Amino acid sequence: MISFHHVEKSIGNTSIIKSLDLQIKAGELFVLIGPSGCGKTTTMKMINRLIEPTAGKIEINGEDISLADPVELRRSIGYVIQQIALFPHMTIGENVALVPKLKKQDRAKIEQKVDELLDMVGLDPKVFKNRYPAELSGGQQQRVGVIRAMAADPPIILMDEPFSALDPISREQLQDEFVRLQKTINKTIVFVTHDMDEAIKIADRICLMNDGEVVQLDTPEQLLQHPANEFVVNFIGAKRLRKVKELHPNVSKKAATLPKWSIS
Amino acid sequence: MSEFIQFLTDRYDLVLKLLWEHSYISLIAVAGGFLIAVPLGILLTRTEKINTYVIGFVNILQTIPSLALLGLMIPLLGIGAVPAIVALFLYSLLPMLRNTYTGIREVDPALIEAARGMGMTSFQILWKIELPMAISIIMGGFRTATIYTISWATLAAVIGGGGLGYLVFTGLGLANDNMMITGALATAMLATIADLLTRNIQKMCTPKGLKIKRAN
Repeated sequence: MISFHHVEKSIGNTSIIKSLDLQIKAGELFVLIGPSGCGKTTTMKMINRLIEPTAGKIEINGEDISLADPVELRRSIGYVIQQIALFPHMTIGENVALVPKLKKQDRAKIEQKVDELLDMVGLDPKVFKNRYPAELSGGQQQRVGVIRAMAADPPIILMDEPFSALDPISREQLQDEFVRLQKTINKTIVFVTHDMDEAIKIADRICLMNDGEVVQLDTPEQLLQHPANEFVVNFIGAKRLRKVKELHPNVSKKAATLPKWSIS
Repeated sequence: MSEFIQFLTDRYDLVLKLLWEHSYISLIAVAGGFLIAVPLGILLTRTEKINTYVIGFVNILQTIPSLALLGLMIPLLGIGAVPAIVALFLYSLLPMLRNTYTGIREVDPALIEAARGMGMTSFQILWKIELPMAISIIMGGFRTATIYTISWATLAAVIGGGGLGYLVFTGLGLANDNMMITGALATAMLATIADLLTRNIQKMCTPKGLKIKRAN
């Protein structure tokens, strides 16, 4: 479990995160969403200490992470980013094996794990292990990006808009695979996105942020049926809420009275 | 033409000696330059504040006319091969320093972030990510420096440093065209060979995965 206690972050006089309190449960797929600049990525990067909070405390399983060695902490947390960022001078196999190697795991065990993971995302190890990232399509590369984060079996994985750089077809495919994968691997995943469709599709819980604060934290169903305020309604969009209304006639009044200017 | 061949056959021992001198003067200067410029270039990427000063200073060194720089060496180090090597060493710094700095700076920041987020230490990021990604550009600087140094080394003869410049300048003084042409041609040949050689070194150093053209 990851918990934020009164976490704040400011750069100079600009406040980026304003007193954040969050509990991310073990094994859940927790989506951070919001408009650009809302602090969602900052929130995520504070978990592996790529960004240090100005005030407050973050705990993983009750242990204050500010007391942990950042390098060791990061090796125990998977990390996937939008730019995919496979190391182009390393083969696919070397990319996936990177963190286990940093952790000095047994070589034979690493090789076995790499093959297993490649198989899991439908990339035949015999074909792909010795290829270089430049020889793979974008979708294939991000599959590797995702399994690279899982190679050392971290209990937590952070994902920063991992599918948003992909073309729509690969994105859909990877999301579907990812939902299936998540059910089998059962890890705590913190997933940042700006795409509501993606959030609804994959999330156990969605945390909608704006201006460094949590606006609403709920399951996708609750968020759609009982949006907390106009910002939420607006962010979710009229079209999507109308669809929900048709499916669930008992939606809240707020959702039923949509402002005309809301985005779809 | 026959006179020229006659000159070569008569004086081949001198030509070979000077060719050897020329090679080692250049090689020592560039090797020394490499050993200083690459670590310094790496250091500059870590300390952004001083990089404009250091690069500016090396730039000034570069703009001093080569003959003048050699002349400046005489009161400091006297005449002979050593001051020539020192002057050439100073010249060789800039291309390698600049390429090391640029090569490392131009590594995609996303790669560095991914590496950091995965738990690599700063040293591991440098050694396993930044240097392999930048090595081709760094070796490009080495190549430029080598070729420049070989052509500038011709001037070493002016301060008694030896090398193929001896043939050029003595040939000029004695109005001996054959001697002068031999010196010029041998320098050009040496530079061409060095170009081929360093080009291959550069290729060899470039990681395989970076040579692949992006498929999409």
